[in-house]
Amino acid sequence: MEKSPQELYKEREKRFMDAVQLKVPDRVPVVPCLDFFPAIYAGINFEESMYDMDKAWMAWKKTALDLDADMYWNSYISYPGKGLEALGYKILQWPGNGLPAERMYQFVEGEYMKADEYDEFLADPSDYLIRTYYPRICGTMAGLQKLSPIHSGFWQGIFGLVGNFGDPEVQESLRSLMEAGTIFAKWFDFLGEFNQELESLGYPNALGAATYAPYDIIGDTFRGTRGVMLDMYRNPDKLLEAVDMVTPWALEAGVNGAKASGNPRVWIWLHKGCQGFMNDEQFQKFYWPGLKKLIMGLIEEDLVPYIYIEGDYTCRLETIADVPKGKVVYHFEQVDIYKAKEILGGIACISGNVPNALLCTGTPEEVKEYCKKLIDVLGKDGGYIMDSGACIDEAKPENIKAMIDFTKEYGVYR
Amino acid sequence: MQEKLKELMADLKEEEALEAAKEMLDNGEDPLEVLEICRKAVEVVGKRFEEGTYFIPDLLMSGEILESISDIVKPHISSDVETKKCGKVLIGTVEGDIHDIGKNIVTFMLEVNGFDVMDIGVDVPPAVFVEKIKEFKPQVVGLCGLLTLAFDSMKNTIEALANAGLRDQVKVMIGGSPTDEKVAEYVGADAYGKDANAAVELSRKWTACA
Repeated sequence: MEKSPQELYKEREKRFMDAVQLKVPDRVPVVPCLDFFPAIYAGINFEESMYDMDKAWMAWKKTALDLDADMYWNSYISYPGKGLEALGYKILQWPGNGLPAERMYQFVEGEYMKADEYDEFLADPSDYLIRTYYPRICGTMAGLQKLSPIHSGFWQGIFGLVGNFGDPEVQESLRSLMEAGTIFAKWFDFLGEFNQELESLGYPNALGAATYAPYDIIGDTFRGTRGVMLDMYRNPDKLLEAVDMVTPWALEAGVNGAKASGNPRVWIWLHKGCQGFMNDEQFQKFYWPGLKKLIMGLIEEDLVPYIYIEGDYTCRLETIADVPKGKVVYHFEQVDIYKAKEILGGIACISGNVPNALLCTGTPEEVKEYCKKLIDVLGKDGGYIMDSGACIDEAKPENIKAMIDFTKEYGVYR
Repeated sequence: MQEKLKELMADLKEEEALEAAKEMLDNGEDPLEVLEICRKAVEVVGKRFEEGTYFIPDLLMSGEILESISDIVKPHISSDVETKKCGKVLIGTVEGDIHDIGKNIVTFMLEVNGFDVMDIGVDVPPAVFVEKIKEFKPQVVGLCGLLTLAFDSMKNTIEALANAGLRDQVKVMIGGSPTDEKVAEYVGADAYGKDANAAVELSRKWTACA
C-alpha cells in the first residue's frame, strides 16, 4: 500500500534524525541545499524569484516535488527584492538592483563598522546599531543618524528623545522602515504557508532557524573579511570582546527562530574560520570558543546545530570534534573525507561535499561515481547526509537528480 | 639594521617594523634600499604562505605594513624611479561576479614578485578584457570568480579572446573558490591556480620572471 504524506513525512524526519544521532537509518538521507537552483529549474529568472512570490512559490514547489529529496529548502535565502529596496540595502547587489535579472545576488564587502568604532559598539551596541550602523548599511535609514543617543530621553522618562522624532528626515526613515517591515512580514507569512503546504505533501523543511558563528557576525557584515583579519593583529582584545558580546545574540536568534517554527534544525553558516582564513592559534582564540558556546547552548535547548561550513575544514577537524556525541551535523564544502570520518565518526553526523563544480560541469555518471565514494566512506555505518558542497545555484538538473536518485538506490543500508 | 627590518616585517610586527624603517631613513639609508628590504620581507611572507605556516590574514597584514612603510619612504625619493618589471599580468573578476578579495591578494603577490600587473576590477565583460589586453599586452591573463555563474563568464571571455585573435598571445589562468582543474578544462583556460602562490608560479613559468 502506498504511504500517506504523513507517513512519508515521519519517515523522512526519522531518517534525518537517525543520521544525526548516529544510528543507522534505513538509507542515507539526501537533502540538497538549494539556493537559486529552483528558479533555473522551473524556468523563471532570479529577479522574478525575488520580486514575485507567486512565481517563486511555483518554482520552489515544482523543484521540491520533482526532485523528491528527503527535505526541501524554501526560498528563504532568496529574500524579497522590494523589501531590500525599501531599506536601500547596501550589503547586497541583486538582480533588479545593480545586477542583471538572471544573476544571483552578491555580497558587497565593506568595513560597515570602522576599526575605531569598537568602543562605541561595545559600550552601547543597540545605540550604535540604530544611529550609526543601520543608516550606513541601509540608505533609507540615513535619517536615524539625526537621533540623539537613545539613552538621552531621561527627562520625564522619555521627553528628551521624543522631539527628535518630529524631524522630517527621521520620519522619512521610519516610514521606509515600516514599508520594509510590511513587505518582510508578508514574505515571512508566505514562507510559513509554503512550509505548511510542503508539510501536507509529506516533506519536512530542512531549516528551522538560521544563525551565525559569533566571529562571522563581526567578520561578515560589520568589519568585512579584510577588516576582521587585520583586527586579529591590530585590535585583538576588542575583537574578542565583540565576539563575546554577540555570542548570546547568535544563540538567542537560533533558539527563538526554532521555537517560532517548531523545527529543531538551526542552520549555522560558517565563513571566516576555514583553512587559509586564519591559523590554528587564531581559530582556537577567536573562532572556536564562541562557536562552541553557541553549539552547546542550542543542544541544551534540544535543538540540532546544522553547521554549514564553507571552504576547506580538514585542518579544523580535531578541534570541532569536541562536541557531545550524536547531536551535531557538520556539513562540509571541502574536506578530506577519510580524515573526516576517522575523526568525527561516532561523534557527529557529516554532510555535503559533492563539489558544485562537478554538478555544473560533470556528467550524471561522474556525479554517481563521486556519490558512491561518499556513501562508501562517509556513509559507512550511518552518520552521513548526502548534499552538495555549497548551496546550489547553477547546476545541471540531471546531475542534481543523479545525486538524489543514486543515493536512494545505492545508499540503502542492508 | 637591514636584517632587523626584514625580520620584523616578515614576523608582521607592524609598529616595530615602522620604527625600524624610520630609523634607517633618519640614519640616511637609501630609501630605495629600504623598499627593497621590504620587498624581500614580503618574499619571506610568501614563502611561509607556501609552506603553510602563514595564511591570508598574514598576507593582508604584510601588505598593510608594506603600504605604511612605502608611505613614509616615498617623500624621501627625489624622482620617480622606474623599477624593472619582468613580466606582465592582466587580472580581473569575470562578468557577473563582484568578488575581489582573492583577486587583490593575487595582484599583491604578483607585484611583490616583480610582475607588472594591470588589475581591471570586478564584473568585467569579455569585450573589456579584449580591449585591455590589446592595450596592455600581457603575457598572462588571470580570470577570477567566486560563484558558479563565473564558469560561463570565464568560458565566454576566453572565447572572446579567441575571436579577437588574442588567444595564442596569452596564457590564461583561472582561480577562485569553486574552480578546479576540471573547470579550467571546461572554460578553456591553460591552468587553474589554487592560491596566490600558484598564480605566481604559473606566471613565472609563462614569462621571463624565473
